[in-house]
Amino acid sequence: MSSPNADDDSAIVRALRSGDEAAFMALVERHQGQMLRIARMYVPTQAVAEEVVQDAWLGVLKGLEGFEGRSSLRTWIFRILVNIAKTRGQRERRSVPFSSLWAVEGEEPALEPERFLPEGERWAGHWAEDPASWDTVPEERLLSSETLAFVGATIETLPPNQREVIRMRDVLGWSSEEVRNALEISETNQRVLLHRARSKVRRALEGYLGEAP
Amino acid sequence: MACSELVELVTDYLEGALEDAERARLDAHLAECDGCTAYLEQMRTTIRLTGVLTEDRIPPEGREQLLHVFRAWREGSTP
Repeated sequence: MSSPNADDDSAIVRALRSGDEAAFMALVERHQGQMLRIARMYVPTQAVAEEVVQDAWLGVLKGLEGFEGRSSLRTWIFRILVNIAKTRGQRERRSVPFSSLWAVEGEEPALEPERFLPEGERWAGHWAEDPASWDTVPEERLLSSETLAFVGATIETLPPNQREVIRMRDVLGWSSEEVRNALEISETNQRVLLHRARSKVRRALEGYLGEAP
Repeated sequence: MACSELVELVTDYLEGALEDAERARLDAHLAECDGCTAYLEQMRTTIRLTGVLTEDRIPPEGREQLLHVFRAWREGSTP
C-alpha cells in the first residue's frame, strides 16, 4: 500500500473543496473501515461508533478550509475522529480511562522460554532448536487465500490495541509517525504494541506453515 | 547477544530504532547465527503477508448516508 504524499493529499483536498463527490467517496472507502474500528475502542456500541464516524466526516468537511497539510490528510482525519470518539465516550460514561486503551501492560515474551537453552547451559539463551527457514515454503502457499485468511484471523484475535496498531502499520501501510500522531500515543508504546502483534502473528504462522499443506 | 534477546529487539531493528552500538551487536550476532537469521526472515515474511491483506469493505447503507452528509455540506458551503 503506497503511503500518501503531500501532493496526493493536496489534490484530494482541492477536489473536496470543489465539491467532488467521487473524491469524497473514494476517501470514505479508503478510511471508513479503520475509522469504525478505532471509534469502537472509545465507545460502548457499534451503533455509537457509526455515529461517531459520521460526525467525524462532517468534522472533516467543515474543517477542510483549515487543513494546512502539516500532517498527512489521513492523520488529520483520524485526529478529528479520535477527539470526537473521546468526547462521545465520556458522555456515554465509559468506565475505562482512555489513556489505558493504548497502554503497554505486563511482559509478553515473543516466544516461550522453552525455545531457548536454559540458564546454566553453555549456550544459555540460544535456540534450543533453530526456527525452520521458510525459504522452502512455496510462494503460492505463502500467498494462498488460506494462508492470508489465517493471518487475518490471527490478527483479529489480538488485544484491540495491538490489533489496530498492526492493522494501521502493516495492513494499511501507515508510517509509525502517522500512527503515533493519529492515535496520540508515544513512539515507545506504538513500537511495543507493534512488536507484540507481529511476534504473535509470526508465531501463529510458524505453527500453520509447519503443518503439512 | 543471546537469541532470546534478539527476538525482543527485532522490531526495534526493523524500525531503525536501535542505537548504533546495539545495531552493530545485533548484526554481529546475525552473521553467525542461522537460527536468528531464519527468525528475522520469518518476521519479514510475516510483515509482507500482513501487507497483502485487504481492507474492510463498508456496507452500502453507510455509503449512502455519507453521500447525503457530503451533499448537504456542499450545498451549505457553496453560495
